Amino acid sequence: MAGKDRVVLTGKHFMQGDIACAEGAIAAGCRFFAGYPITPATEIAERMARRLPEVGGVYIQMEDELGSMAAVIGASYACVKSMTATSGPGFSLMVENIGLAFMTETPCVVVNVMRGGPSTGQPTKPSQQDVMQAKWGSHGDYEIIALAPSSVQEVFDLTIEAFNFSETYRTPVVVLADEIIGHMRERVIIPEADEIRVVNRKKPKVPPGEYAPFRPDEDLVPPMACFGEGYHFYASGLTHDESGHPQTDSAEAQRKLVQRLCDKIRKNADKIVKTEGTMLEDAEVAVVAYGVTSRSGLSAVRKAREAGIKAGLLRLVTLWPFPAEEVSQVAKKVDAIVVLEMNYGQIVREVERAAKETPVIFLPKLGEEPHKPAEVLWAIRGALQ
Amino acid sequence: MRLWRKPLDADKIKIPRGEIHIIRERCKGCGFCIEFCPREVLEQSEEFNEKGFHPPKVKDKDKCVVCSFCEAVCPDFAIFTVEKNCEGGC
Amino acid sequence: MSEDVHPFETFLRKEMIPHIWCEGCGNGIILNCYVRALKDLNVNIDKVVTVSGIGCIGRVSGYINTDSYHTTHGRAVAFATGVKVAKPELKVVIISGDGDLFAIGGNHFIHAARRNVDIQVICANNFNYGMTGGQYGPTTPLDAWTTTTPYGNIEHPFNLVHLAAASGAVYVARWTTLHLRRLTQSIKKALQKEGFSFIEVITPCPEIYGRYNKMKTGIDMMNWFRKASEIRDYSDPAKAEITPERIVIGEFVDIEKPSFDKLLRDMASKVQEKMVGEE
Repeated sequence: MAGKDRVVLTGKHFMQGDIACAEGAIAAGCRFFAGYPITPATEIAERMARRLPEVGGVYIQMEDELGSMAAVIGASYACVKSMTATSGPGFSLMVENIGLAFMTETPCVVVNVMRGGPSTGQPTKPSQQDVMQAKWGSHGDYEIIALAPSSVQEVFDLTIEAFNFSETYRTPVVVLADEIIGHMRERVIIPEADEIRVVNRKKPKVPPGEYAPFRPDEDLVPPMACFGEGYHFYASGLTHDESGHPQTDSAEAQRKLVQRLCDKIRKNADKIVKTEGTMLEDAEVAVVAYGVTSRSGLSAVRKAREAGIKAGLLRLVTLWPFPAEEVSQVAKKVDAIVVLEMNYGQIVREVERAAKETPVIFLPKLGEEPHKPAEVLWAIRGALQ
Repeated sequence: MRLWRKPLDADKIKIPRGEIHIIRERCKGCGFCIEFCPREVLEQSEEFNEKGFHPPKVKDKDKCVVCSFCEAVCPDFAIFTVEKNCEGGC
Repeated sequence: MSEDVHPFETFLRKEMIPHIWCEGCGNGIILNCYVRALKDLNVNIDKVVTVSGIGCIGRVSGYINTDSYHTTHGRAVAFATGVKVAKPELKVVIISGDGDLFAIGGNHFIHAARRNVDIQVICANNFNYGMTGGQYGPTTPLDAWTTTTPYGNIEHPFNLVHLAAASGAVYVARWTTLHLRRLTQSIKKALQKEGFSFIEVITPCPEIYGRYNKMKTGIDMMNWFRKASEIRDYSDPAKAEITPERIVIGEFVDIEKPSFDKLLRDMASKVQEKMVGEE
């Protein structure tokens, strides 16, 4: 195989978001991509088609997103880190198998470069309309980890983070970018390969006769054997016990399994949730935003400070599990919260719940541009009255 | 099935003799082994197993030639044949 | 008659036997033939992955003692494609039903066949959706009674061997569960052949399809197979009909074609040779 420097493209780059996503995946060890072209995530597929054969990986273009997600789970169970990338309409098709990935505790990454919806919507325009779907899209009780990058550098970093979370917790992880972040070009610094932290799934410590594929350790995550290692395990989307066998009649089995799978994320939320606060220490009004809108939010907060208003920004890096604790803490200290979203009201509901008595003003934006900083500043001023 | 002539080595071939093992508790009484045994070695027994089915029983053990069709056709892995060692006569 | 150990015991997950399939159901026979094929070929069982979809036959992955996975409805072939392409040294076999493979899973089937992914697909065709109580499916014969065709089925069924052959499968065969010796041989052949193999197995569903269509027991259905089957090896799959009077069975296609995984590997080595050349 060609030299190490073709795997991780160490150096300074001027790179598109989608490309940074693909490079982040490869740096994290992803060697399988199954996907279907969809604006605005097609570039990720194209980059992976070119790069994966160079690094000893495999790209396969499946006939649809349903097949893509199924193939991703298959490759992951064959112990190859795998991912797919899509947008809203594709994600709608993938939710079925995201449920399967969750139920069979499959490490995998799904990138959703959000575009205007619903349905076919505006394929070439950004939105943040799929953020609730990431959490609630599939049926049944389940938890998801979802990360929202707000710059191209962050796309690179958070894609690696997504793989690490998926391997640590044996769960599907969603990266929620949007068409602007996906298509814009910015400076990206890719570090040396050995400076990049890469996590691999826990392997079983017991021989095949004693192994139970869904018996958790203390951290609620079971070690994962893969196909071809002699463990002869059985995994199914049906409710199952620790040995993987179907338990379709037992209420006890349903309770145990669903609770453990959800608690696996909920109880480890403190290690997963990340937010970034700017100028919040003495803030009287906080802007809560994520992804591309946080850039407008930051600009507005700076302008507000120049105008003497004590504004601060709480940028949500993790959307799920929702940083309720962090929002709550900020809400206690400020007089008002302004939420920016490129949708008609999704994360704002979670913010309202966490903010309790603190008034929350919602500034929606539908269509091709995020909020203008001036609009946000106007809302900040309004919030203080 | 009819053959158009007798095989030329018919006298040299020793016909194997079989021992039939029935795992009674697995049987679901489908009757395939009884119906499709080419030598009619099996028949339905009168007894019930735990699930309420009538497992097969051997009607004529000397007729079994270890074709193993019963073993292959049983959907429940409830019957298998073992070729008897007939050195000293069977 | 002693309570001895069945010769296939090590291939089964003992704690799950007896299986859930009805008396007279042919799924157990398919499992039996599959195990026999694996045993006869002395395949490295650690490298076999059995994938199944949703349906009665879908439970097979829980009974066979190999690495196995039970996917969502229709996605078995897509899942298997991912496994095989990621780890080509694994032997990936899909055992699933007519609805799972050809209704909801139809798209994945034809594309995997087109790509010639080196996987083996065994379809248990019982002419209906048994698990959910006997609704019609893409292989239900014309005029048949099912719970969702209470006035008789007015849809033409697929000719599965024709579909598989047309999609590009390199090995296509159809047998019934009565023709179990030839079925076992076909499975062995498919396991050893490079490329996408498809074996359709006509199997009795006496409890549901049979009962609704005047064949109340497994024996009745197997006798239909016995009476109506006609072996026509290498005949035109387009003419391989299934009617109450005639079930055309046999091997229909047996060709050589480079598999998807092989082409993928060839492409990857060319790419990497070029890269080393450039350095």
